[in-house]
Amino acid sequence: MRLSAQGAIVGGLASVLLLVAATHASASGGEATPRTRLTMVAPAAPGGGWDGFAREAQQVLRTDGTVAAPQVVNVPGASGTIGLGQVAQMGDRHDLMLVTGGVMVGGIVVNGSSVGFDDVTPIARLADDYNVLVVPGDSPHETLDEFVEALAADPGGTAIAGGSLGGIDHLLAGMLAGESGVDPADVNYLAYPGGGEVVTSMLSHTAEAGLSGYNEFRDQIESGNLRALALSAPEPVEGIDVPTFVEQGVDVSMANWRGLVAPPGISPEVEAELQAIVRELHASEGWREVLARNDWEDSLMMGEEFERFLEDETARTAQVVAELGL
Amino acid sequence: MDQLTHLLEGFSVALTPSNLLFLVIGAVLGTAVGVLPGLGSAMAVALLLPVTFSLDPTGAFIMFASIYFGGLFGDSTAGILLNTPGNSSAIATTFEGHRMAKDGRAAKALGTSAIGAFLGGTIACVLVVFFSPAIVRLATVMGPAEYFALTVFAFVAIAAVVADSIVRGLVSLGLGFAVGMVGIDAMSGAERFTGGTPVLFDGISIIVVTVGLLAIGEVLHVAGRIRTAGGNGPFLSPKGSPLLNRREWRQALPAFLRGTAFGVPFGAIPVGGSEVPTFLAYGTEKRLARRRGDADFGTRGAIQGVAAPEAAGNATAGSAMGALLALGLPTSATAAMMIAAFQQYGMQPGPLLFERSGDLVWPLLASLFLGLGILLIINLPFAALWARLLVIPRHYLYAGIAVVAMLGVYAISSRVLDLWMALAIGVVGVIMRHFSLPIAPVLIAAILGPMAETQLRRALAVSEGDPTALVASPFTIVLYLLLAATVAVSVVQHLRHARAERATKARVPA
Repeated sequence: MRLSAQGAIVGGLASVLLLVAATHASASGGEATPRTRLTMVAPAAPGGGWDGFAREAQQVLRTDGTVAAPQVVNVPGASGTIGLGQVAQMGDRHDLMLVTGGVMVGGIVVNGSSVGFDDVTPIARLADDYNVLVVPGDSPHETLDEFVEALAADPGGTAIAGGSLGGIDHLLAGMLAGESGVDPADVNYLAYPGGGEVVTSMLSHTAEAGLSGYNEFRDQIESGNLRALALSAPEPVEGIDVPTFVEQGVDVSMANWRGLVAPPGISPEVEAELQAIVRELHASEGWREVLARNDWEDSLMMGEEFERFLEDETARTAQVVAELGL
Repeated sequence: MDQLTHLLEGFSVALTPSNLLFLVIGAVLGTAVGVLPGLGSAMAVALLLPVTFSLDPTGAFIMFASIYFGGLFGDSTAGILLNTPGNSSAIATTFEGHRMAKDGRAAKALGTSAIGAFLGGTIACVLVVFFSPAIVRLATVMGPAEYFALTVFAFVAIAAVVADSIVRGLVSLGLGFAVGMVGIDAMSGAERFTGGTPVLFDGISIIVVTVGLLAIGEVLHVAGRIRTAGGNGPFLSPKGSPLLNRREWRQALPAFLRGTAFGVPFGAIPVGGSEVPTFLAYGTEKRLARRRGDADFGTRGAIQGVAAPEAAGNATAGSAMGALLALGLPTSATAAMMIAAFQQYGMQPGPLLFERSGDLVWPLLASLFLGLGILLIINLPFAALWARLLVIPRHYLYAGIAVVAMLGVYAISSRVLDLWMALAIGVVGVIMRHFSLPIAPVLIAAILGPMAETQLRRALAVSEGDPTALVASPFTIVLYLLLAATVAVSVVQHLRHARAERATKARVPA
C-alpha cells in the first residue's frame, strides 16, 4: 500500500509536469510499434466521456504490460469530428488509435463533416451503455403509454430535455416522436450540455421529460425524484429494473457505444496487431473491473461486423437527423 | 448538532500523517496548475484520476479536495502580478489586484486574495455542512426564466459600474457579445461566425479571449511604449507584508463577507460557475467605493476590489461542492471530474449519498476544511515571494509573461489556431487600450452573453413563445423590480451629478 501510494504521487506529479511534453511526443514519428508506444486520441476535453474511456484503457494496458507506454492525447471539439479529421490525415501512423462512439456518428452527420468513418480503419467496438427516458417524480405520466399519448396530443407543450443536438438523446427523442405519430421536427427538444443539467431541468419542472445515460439518472430514480419510463436497449438489461421501449411496444432502441478506430493507411499486419491488443485488453481482469465500475455493457465487435455496424448507424442517424430537420 | 459529531469523526479519519502529505501535495499541485493560465484544476484532477485508483478513498478525496481549492487560490496569483488570470473565475480579482501590484502593493494584494479565498471557502463549507438541503432546494426552483432574470440583473449591475463612459462601455459590450456568438448555436445547431471552420464550432475559449486581451494586449501595449513612458526598469519595488493591519482588516472584512454572500447561492445553481458572483461582487465594491468617495478604486487599486471577488469565487466553489454531494449536480468542470472520481469508489453523489456512504462523505467534508487551512498556510508566506517577481526588469518580465500566456493557451487543446487567435485578440487589446475602451465589459459580455441567450431561448421554447413566462414566478418579479430600482437610482444620481457639474461650470466661467 505504502509503495503504491508513493508511486501514485510520483506518477501524478510526473504526468502533470510532462503534460506538454506528452502532447508533443505524439506528434513526432519514430520507429515505435504499437506494443512499445500506443497513443490514444481522445476527441474530447479532459473529463469528457471519451477522455474517461481512453484513460481507463490506458491504465489497464499499462498495468498489464500489453503496451509498454500507452498515452492519451486530447483533441477536443465539434462532437469529436476535429479528432477524427486529424486521425484521417495521419496516413499510415501505426502506433495510434482514436476513441470514438455514438456521439461522433451524430456529429459527423449534423456538422456535415467532410470526413467520416470511411476515412479511417475501424478496429473495435468495446463497451455500451443505454439511455433512459425519465419524468419528474410527481409527473402525471405514470407509464410510457401515457407519455406517448401526451406527446402526440401536444408535442409543443411536452418539452423533452437531453444532451446536445444530434446526440443520442436527441436522436432518441426524434425516433420516439416518429413512433408516436408526431413529426420529429415538431419535438420541443431542449439541448443541455450535460446529464447533470438535464436532472435540474426535471427537478425544476422546466421540461416534461428527460433523456440521458442511465448512470446519470440512477440515483435520482432510486430516490424517487425521477421516474424511469423506458430504456433504450434492444433487450432487457440485467441489473436495470426499467423496461425497454421495445418491450412496451415502441420500436425505439439505440446504444451509446464506445470503440476505437485507426488511421486510414495502416497495413493489414498493423491492423491485426491493433486488434490483438484490443483483444488482450478485452480479455484482461482489469477491463472486467472497468466495465463493472462504469456500468458499461461488454459489446466487443471487430472486423467486418464492426464496419457494417458503423455503416448502419451512420445511415440510421442520417435518416433521423433529416427527419428532425437539422 | 448531529452534523458536528459526524464532522469531528470525519476529521479524526482524515487527520493521519499520510493523508496530510496528500493534502500538501494536492495543495501545491492545485496552486501550480491554477497559476498557469489555461491549466485548470479540472485538468489536474483528470490526470490524477487513474493514478489514485491505488489509494484508499479518503486519501484520494483529500488530494482532490486540496487540488480543487488549490486551483482557486492559484488562479488569481498570475492575474494580480502579471494581469494574466489563470482562470475565468479570477478575472474580477485581476482588475483591482493588478492595479495594487503596479502600485507596489503586490504582496498585500496576494495576501488579501489568499485570505479572501480562505474565508469565502470556509464559510461556504460551514453552510454546506449544516444547511446543504436548503442550498440544494435553490437548484430545484430555478428554471430558465429565473436564470435569464439573474443574468440580466448581473449585466446591468456590472456593466453600469465597470465603464466610466457609457458609449465606450457599450462598444466593449458589443465586442464581447460578438465573440460570445462564435460557434454552433446549441439550440438550433446553426453555425454562427465560424466561416465553416470546424475548429470554431465550439466557440472561442474564454481563456483565449482573456489571455489575449489582458496578457498579450498588455505585453504589446507596454512593449510599444517601453522607450518612452515608464522606462525599462522594474515596477515600483514591492514592499509591505502580505498580512493585513487593523485598518486594512476594517476595510476588507465587510468586503470578504459581501463577496461570500454573493458566492454561496451561486454555487448551488448551474448557471456557469463563479464568473457571475465574482463580477457582481466586484461591481458592488466599485459602487460602494464611489459612494464613499474612495479615490483608490480604479486608480491605485483598492483592497476591497480584491477581497470581495476572491471570497465570492471560493464561496461558490464551496457551495458547489454541497450541490455536488447532495444533488449529484456538477456545477463546474472540476466538479464533473470529481463525480467521476467518487463513482470509482462506489460513491454516487446524489440524494442518497449521506445515508449510503456517510463513512466517506464526512472525511471528505473534513478534508475540505483541512485543504483550505493548508492552502492559507502555504499561500500567505509565498505571497511575498511571488511579489518579488516584479523586481525583474520589465523587458524580461513581459517576455516571460508572453511565453507563459502562450503556453497556457496552447495547453487548452493543443491547437496552433488558438495561438493565432490569442495574438489577434491581443492586437485588438492594444487598439482598445489606445482608444481607452474598457476591457472588462468585453469579458463580461463574452461570458454572460451566451448564457443569457441560451436561457432566454430555453424559457421561450418551454412556454412555446409566450413572453409572459419570463415574469411568471415571484423570484423573477422580485429580481426585475430590484433591477428597475437600481437603474432608477443610477439615473437620478447621474442627472444630479450632471446638474451639479453644470452649476459649477456656470459659476466659474472658462
